[in-house]
Amino acid sequence: MTALEVISSPLTGSLLAAVSWLAISVLALIPAGNALLARRLVFPLGALVGLALAAFGLQAIWLAPQQMTLPLGLPDLPFHLRVDPLAGFFLMLLGSVSAGISVYAAGYFRSETAGRLSLIGLQYHVFLASMAFVILADDAYLFMVAWETMALSSYFLVTTDHKLPAIRSAGFLYLLIAHIGAIAILLSFGVMHGGHGDYSFSTLRAAHLQPFWATVAFLLAFFGFGAKAGMIPLHAWLPEAHPAAPSPVSALMSGIMLKTAIYGMVRVIYDLIGGVRWEWGMLVLAIGAGTTLFGVLYALMQHDLKRLLAYHSVENIGIILLGLGMSMVFIGFGHPVAGALGLIAALYHTLNHAVFKGLLFLGAGSILHSTGLRNLNDMGGLIRNMPKTAFYFLIGALAISALPPLNGFVSEWLTFQTALQASVLENSVVRSLVPLFAAMLALAGALTAMCFVKVYGIAFLGQPREAEHAVGTPSADHSGDAGAMERFGMAWLAASCFVLGLFPTSFLLMLNRICAQLTGHGLSDQALESSWLWLVPTSSEQASYSPIIFLVVIIAVTLLTFLLVRHFYHGRVRFADPWDCGFPEQTSRMQDTADAFGQPIRHVFGPIYLMQRYMPDPDDPAPRFSLKIEDRHWYWVYLPVARLAEYVSSKIALLQQGKISIYLLYSFFTLIALLVFVR
Amino acid sequence: MTYLPGIAFQILQSMFVVLAAPLLVGWANQCRAWLQNRSAPNILLPYYTLAKLFHKDAVIAQNASPLFRITPYILFGCMWLAAGIVPVLATDLPFAPAADIIALVGVFALARVFSALAAMDIGTSFGGLGARREMLIGFLAEPAMLMTLFTAAFISGSTQLTTIVETLAHREFAIYPSLAFAAVAFLMVLLAENARIPIDNPTTHLELTMIHEAMILEYSARHLALIEWAAAIKLFAYMTIGIALFLPWGIAEAGDWVALPLAFTVLAVKLFFAGAGLAVIETLLAKLRLFLAPEFLSTAFLLAVLGMLIHFLVRG
Repeated sequence: MTALEVISSPLTGSLLAAVSWLAISVLALIPAGNALLARRLVFPLGALVGLALAAFGLQAIWLAPQQMTLPLGLPDLPFHLRVDPLAGFFLMLLGSVSAGISVYAAGYFRSETAGRLSLIGLQYHVFLASMAFVILADDAYLFMVAWETMALSSYFLVTTDHKLPAIRSAGFLYLLIAHIGAIAILLSFGVMHGGHGDYSFSTLRAAHLQPFWATVAFLLAFFGFGAKAGMIPLHAWLPEAHPAAPSPVSALMSGIMLKTAIYGMVRVIYDLIGGVRWEWGMLVLAIGAGTTLFGVLYALMQHDLKRLLAYHSVENIGIILLGLGMSMVFIGFGHPVAGALGLIAALYHTLNHAVFKGLLFLGAGSILHSTGLRNLNDMGGLIRNMPKTAFYFLIGALAISALPPLNGFVSEWLTFQTALQASVLENSVVRSLVPLFAAMLALAGALTAMCFVKVYGIAFLGQPREAEHAVGTPSADHSGDAGAMERFGMAWLAASCFVLGLFPTSFLLMLNRICAQLTGHGLSDQALESSWLWLVPTSSEQASYSPIIFLVVIIAVTLLTFLLVRHFYHGRVRFADPWDCGFPEQTSRMQDTADAFGQPIRHVFGPIYLMQRYMPDPDDPAPRFSLKIEDRHWYWVYLPVARLAEYVSSKIALLQQGKISIYLLYSFFTLIALLVFVR
Repeated sequence: MTYLPGIAFQILQSMFVVLAAPLLVGWANQCRAWLQNRSAPNILLPYYTLAKLFHKDAVIAQNASPLFRITPYILFGCMWLAAGIVPVLATDLPFAPAADIIALVGVFALARVFSALAAMDIGTSFGGLGARREMLIGFLAEPAMLMTLFTAAFISGSTQLTTIVETLAHREFAIYPSLAFAAVAFLMVLLAENARIPIDNPTTHLELTMIHEAMILEYSARHLALIEWAAAIKLFAYMTIGIALFLPWGIAEAGDWVALPLAFTVLAVKLFFAGAGLAVIETLLAKLRLFLAPEFLSTAFLLAVLGMLIHFLVRG
């Protein structure tokens, strides 16, 4: 092979890209003192590397797996690297989404001082590189090293504003749950490994586990990766940590980092453990459904925009889990074609969520930058000051609400199509349960639409709610709309929403390669032979969808209506004050607030929330209504665990007497005990 | 060129739905007036109202954004699209494979989201109120509708509306318990989605309980006309979906042009009874308190899910 071929092969190419990110992170330290240079040089370079990585990933999806061994790491434990279609897909996701976010970051960090900017640049690119290594890793050792680097670098990014106590505690919670998850993953690798002395993935893949140990490995991996993905009840860190970070970092974490956990799940369950059982699928489905519904219901209660988006990440992870769970159920019952469809739906949603959630977090960042506001209740009418941000945010909002013809709809459509295959299942209980999960998905989809009508209607439409905020708060830089770099980043992701929504068939073929490689089965031939215009999951008699025709017809009909009205009638407009319904004093404070918009949901789903409401007395001259909503999981799961941990450690602390003679006594007894055993 | 007659028919059918929709509304209004002992308005009154509105100058609030002005066109476009998917006269619709039942529910959701956003655009208290209530109704009605359609999809093994209707039209005349549940659920969704009693009142205006009317309070002239027309098409589309799913007999099969006149007559008779039935329901029932609406709709949702489960139990 010539040098050019080596560089352009997906594996070495992606390795080079990941190493370049590491190099850029060092480079970020050099122009200390010159913030403009750091911003304008470092982040766009990172974006270019991202694009290259996306190209290599795309290439890897179509090629046979490649592997190599790096002479690094511990003695006898070199680093193994491998790209296969699954890794290629996630590399493409990482590269393409991070490219948009990095360009945005180049504009976003304009008010940071040079020193902080260098640190952010360092941590940001180490974070990106570690995610690339997580995907490239082909042995448990490199995987865990990259996984921990990812957790640590993102921890430092989350605590960028470490002077605020709330952010420090959010960071601590994040680190804690990340490590509990990491321990579970490590144990899972240990179970899979079963004492072979070799931690490379090819050994783990070849090992045949007893059903009991396979289930133990599955449970540990599902728990560990689920903690990173933010599935209920391990989600509590997510709405704390994601909003705490600067917006581009929130976008990276929500958009990409959660997806590495999905990658880990798919890699371990389908590839390393293999032999998927339907019982596992039912567990994943149950947790996925819970995650979806809790995520969206808590999102509806938020008025902090970034917290709301973080809860929506929880919801979308649930949707991905629903797809994965259905796929596992079908594969477990011996229906690999339907199983492949479920896996494709899950992976498609993984990519979609990365794109639109990235876009929405970037939009939230632009709002924060321009107005200094994160509380929806203070916003309003931003479409007039920031029309371009409003446009991109609208695309993201429509996409996440699963409205056709954008991308969120395609993956939910595929998930529904998977559920509709349920009649082939042999077990009648499972057969009736699978469509029930589809019903939950439908409910969550409609609730998401409600939530984003709330977000968009409150933040961008209407009139500014707080008079002083109309002028701006101290932290705002009054820049009006987002800058060119920020807009470019958002436009990139918004365009991806359209591409993913309008050309699903090419992505379907791509994902089908992954399924074929992982499970040995792909979709039916008819699904693969359909033209690019038609999305056909099984056969054209069963279901088809053509987003392009859909979009063309809707645009054509809308335009035709417009032209006909203009032609037959007129386009005359008069402007007037909004109609006051005969009530002369209308102020902007009379608009719905975010909390008011969620009120019907609080009414319908009351028992789910832990609410503390204070209703003022009717005679109170200065009435104040207050409402506090807490996540019940704190009281159900976290506080009992924390109390237990405290209790256990207080008992262990009894050992700690602080007298050297007692410690010597411990050593003495330990020696005796060891002598008894070892002899 | 085998598609050509199909495409011609497709265009004709959607034009027919768009043009005939206000007539159905006029007929339902007439029936309701008779039932309520009032002298009935002309059956063509909806057309006169539309013509009047189109001639007027549009009055728009000063702070309206572009979203407010394009929403009526988007709504109308969505409903026109929906009219193109539903097999009204025949199942020979070349456009139908582009959007199946899930996409159909998606079109209605798209229209709902845009109308709710436009309602919040001006920033009056009624707009936000209407939007909030509309989304409350929507988030319960949409899954119920989807589950109803899934029941039909499970029976026919397809999510294409045309295939579903062909399969259902060919089945023997027997009572399917799952379809009976689905039909009740669908009727409840139809009432809720089209702002009818007992959820909303189409004749109410400036009442604190209004939903649909509160959202469109700021609209006037051609914008209002398009919204009203879109609402009429939506009612027509829902009725024809219901007819196609639960009473499909008489619909013309693909390529069977001779059957078209018969199909047209049968459809007219079915709609005649459907419109009258709607008026009966609206006369007999009282409007529910707003917070009973979720109960009404969750009943619909549960009925639809039950219908789906019964399909599996009876079969398995």
